[in-house]
Amino acid sequence: MERTDGTDRVDGTDPIDGTGGFGDKDDLHGTDRMGDTDGTDREHLVLVGHGMVGQRFLEALFERSDATAGVPARRITVLAEEPRPAYDRVHLTSWFSGTPAEELSLCPPGFLDEHGIDLRLGDPAVAIDREARLVTTASGDRLRYDTLVLATGSYPFVPPVPGHDAEGCHVYRTIEDLEAIRAGAAGARVGAVVGGGLLGLEAAGALRAMGLETHVVEFAPRLMSIQVDEGGGEALRRKIEDLGVLVHTGAGTRAVTTDEDGRVSGMALSDGTGLAVDLVVFSAGVRPRDQLARDCGLPVGERGGVVVDARCRTADPAVLAIGECALAADGRVYGLVAPGYAMAEAAARELTGGTGSFTGADTSTKLKLLGVDVASFGDAHGTTEGALEVLYANSRAGVYKKLVIGADGALLGGVLVGDADSYALLRPLALSGSPLPAPPEQLVLPASIGAASGPVALPDEAVVCSCHNVTKGEIRAAVHEQGCASVPEVKRCTKAGTGCGSCVKLLGGIVAEELAASGVEIAKGLCEHFTLTRAELYEIVRVKGIGSFSRLIDEHGSLPGGEGCDICKPVVASLLAGLGNGHILDGEQAALQDTNDHFLANMQRNGSYSVVPRIPGGEITPQGLIVIGEIARDFGLYTKITGGQRIDLFGATVDQLPPIWRRLVDAGFESGHAYGKALRTVKSCVGETWCRYGVQDSVGLAIELELRYRGLRSPHKLKSAVSGCARECAEAQSKDFGVIATAAGWNLYVGGNGGMTPRHADLLAADLDRETLIRTIDRFLMFYIRTADRLERTASWLERLDGGMDHLRAVVLDDSLGICADLDELMARHVETYEDEWAATLADPERLRRFVSFTNAPGVPDPTIRFVAERDQIRPGPAPASALIAGPDLEVRAR
Amino acid sequence: MSATTDRRPMSGTTSAGRVEIHDGAGWVPVCGYAELTPGRGVALLVGGEQVALYRDRTGEVYAVDNRDPFSGAYVLSRGLLGSRGAVTVVLSPMYRQAFDLRTGVCLDEETAPDGSPAVLRVWPARVRP
Repeated sequence: MERTDGTDRVDGTDPIDGTGGFGDKDDLHGTDRMGDTDGTDREHLVLVGHGMVGQRFLEALFERSDATAGVPARRITVLAEEPRPAYDRVHLTSWFSGTPAEELSLCPPGFLDEHGIDLRLGDPAVAIDREARLVTTASGDRLRYDTLVLATGSYPFVPPVPGHDAEGCHVYRTIEDLEAIRAGAAGARVGAVVGGGLLGLEAAGALRAMGLETHVVEFAPRLMSIQVDEGGGEALRRKIEDLGVLVHTGAGTRAVTTDEDGRVSGMALSDGTGLAVDLVVFSAGVRPRDQLARDCGLPVGERGGVVVDARCRTADPAVLAIGECALAADGRVYGLVAPGYAMAEAAARELTGGTGSFTGADTSTKLKLLGVDVASFGDAHGTTEGALEVLYANSRAGVYKKLVIGADGALLGGVLVGDADSYALLRPLALSGSPLPAPPEQLVLPASIGAASGPVALPDEAVVCSCHNVTKGEIRAAVHEQGCASVPEVKRCTKAGTGCGSCVKLLGGIVAEELAASGVEIAKGLCEHFTLTRAELYEIVRVKGIGSFSRLIDEHGSLPGGEGCDICKPVVASLLAGLGNGHILDGEQAALQDTNDHFLANMQRNGSYSVVPRIPGGEITPQGLIVIGEIARDFGLYTKITGGQRIDLFGATVDQLPPIWRRLVDAGFESGHAYGKALRTVKSCVGETWCRYGVQDSVGLAIELELRYRGLRSPHKLKSAVSGCARECAEAQSKDFGVIATAAGWNLYVGGNGGMTPRHADLLAADLDRETLIRTIDRFLMFYIRTADRLERTASWLERLDGGMDHLRAVVLDDSLGICADLDELMARHVETYEDEWAATLADPERLRRFVSFTNAPGVPDPTIRFVAERDQIRPGPAPASALIAGPDLEVRAR
Repeated sequence: MSATTDRRPMSGTTSAGRVEIHDGAGWVPVCGYAELTPGRGVALLVGGEQVALYRDRTGEVYAVDNRDPFSGAYVLSRGLLGSRGAVTVVLSPMYRQAFDLRTGVCLDEETAPDGSPAVLRVWPARVRP
């Protein structure tokens, strides 16, 4: 049923690469197996609201239950207003750049079923009878509860100006809201966003991306007035205006005007300005959804919010409230997800035999708005008595930084706009109140002018990862007590750095410091023959123009004149090939190749080889299929379709390889490099050419990419795919580089992986035209080839990369390192000098010499390679015993 | 008879020399020295048995069984040469174990999966003008 696009998803496992596809998601909707009463006397917990905080609450409840008791002590019903389970509202805007709604889901497949949760979508609670402990739903159902948890969140505040509910006015809160905005934008030319806060600016970015002339109208004198100060607001405004968004600050919305059909036609602002607009998005803040509580007599705050104590209980001990609908014990309503999560965890603890405690939370934030870094932390506005400010501003570069320093010299808070790299270090410093590691002015200066920073300066109690609340002390313990010796290990062990990722760089610094402090020598070198890393060797080979392994090991090895090994030799072979040093089987290079590269084929378990011709994009003519079939038949080979949309021919002996290639090359095929650390395939779906849903020619692009990057030697194999629409039938997000068509161009994803440690690819850039897409992939690949370690796939390389995706974007899109011209030139040279390794080998008798089973008996086949028949094809026979010598009784190939 | 003293080609005979292997009964010429690529090997049939013959970067030649005791496949001639400290080894192209080319002993594991000792037969080899 999901194959409405007419293509076939390849879910098999690639026998060479071991990479499987992904199964379809389970049905998220649990069946209604628990009614109001299930005949047991288990307690009934009703959760009202299934947003981010509600989902976190459920997870925390079961994490706790798993730890304390085997069987859940209560049954759970969730009443949800929206038509879908909890999703990631923080990244809502990514829906506009092509992230499908299902991917934003926070409810793992099977989660509801596994825990027997009865989720009622689209059936919100409408009334609570606290005396009878009954909740009434919109559909009229009445549920008796023992415990009621309110997680109703908040609603967008729409100022009650004339015309606020006209056709063409929207809010920005749910996926349905976004769908309505997109539909409305289709016929609109000018859009206005009321509200210049975080969400407002995101909405403005979305309108701009949909091609609308976009205005932001903000009542306060600056953008993001809660988070940043005046100077920061100015810097942000300039950056936003550079993107073509028109900003009106200090301006209220007096009225929305409409045409005769009642549709939005304009706006009147309090400063007298009139704007002609077709679409208005209100993003003027949110209000707690506390109506249910008000109606049943629970106390609420003066400005809204269900009053709760530190244990998240309301005035009625059977009712708890968490998240944005609650007025926390410190008298604040929190509109951020992290405090909401903390409340969800406190409530779960409270209900599982512990004591919950939520007395307030840090509201520091760091985010990227329309490509601009914005961060604020601690006492950002300097309200502490006696506070002083240290400022750095560079209007030309759009950078503004302010630190708030207490009278005693401790860091209290700050604002960072345009460059928020130091946030990860400064925020924990401000929150722990520890002395500054350097004079404050050095902490705001750009790195090039001598900024000082260092993880040692942080005290143990400083929270390094705020997403998972991991302190520096816990990271140190992971290194010293649990033996973690790398950032990925520490990430696994502590969860630090696995949330938003903004602390990964700091984490790397701390891990390196701690390892050094404990005297652990980090062996970065390749092997016993080189103390240099692959990336360092790459630079040496490139800069010094070294063309041979002998020269490299003699001049830069730890044992000049040594033999090298199976680690360093193939690495050097790959570097030499990648930097344009001739055919991989020429001269000394021949001696360096791994056996598969040496024979341009893949060795299998019995010593025979498999042959994979390139089938670019998986597109093949009937005649091509026939030729491959004939060759396989004539040489008695086993055939299998691979996961990469090509055909693998198994069971060739060394001496059969050249005649097989001869036939393939004559029919127009070439090497598929299945044997090399090189580009494998670029998979594709059929795309718009045939598919009813495709929006671009995915096959055409896949072929172009595969032909461009074929033969490109890299630190590890490279896989790619192109999907013709967001349905993603080519599974591009599990590839080293994957492309997904959008209505406006192509989205480029990088760093995906299948196999043993699957990783979802990250979006590098959206809506690229073809030329920019290819240039961006060129640079991404060359940057990876230049800096990755041996056998490091793009996924782990990206995990390790200092600065992560932001750094990668800066390098390949903004040329922050000034190396793009080099990268472009290297790729141009690769494309120019590519030659088919099979054809080149066939043309050279010297290279062909090695393709014999026995050097002293050419023409004699290897008698130990035997096959038996299975399912009408051959398969390797049992391994011959060591004493068995060639005899006349050879098993014949199955024909 | 010391085979090792004969491993290195005599000066001036590098391209013209030929390699001989002792099959237990006598020296058998197997191929030209120039046919060997430094750092790699070739497979030979010697009296019905499969032998892997290598030449290292210093010019010395070595010969051991071609059969990899861990996989049972006759593939050791396709392994890369390397050094472990001062020892010249061949690395199995199948599962990457290292074998000392002077003794045939596997440096990574003592026994093969079938329980037999993981030691290759070493065939005396020499270069003759």
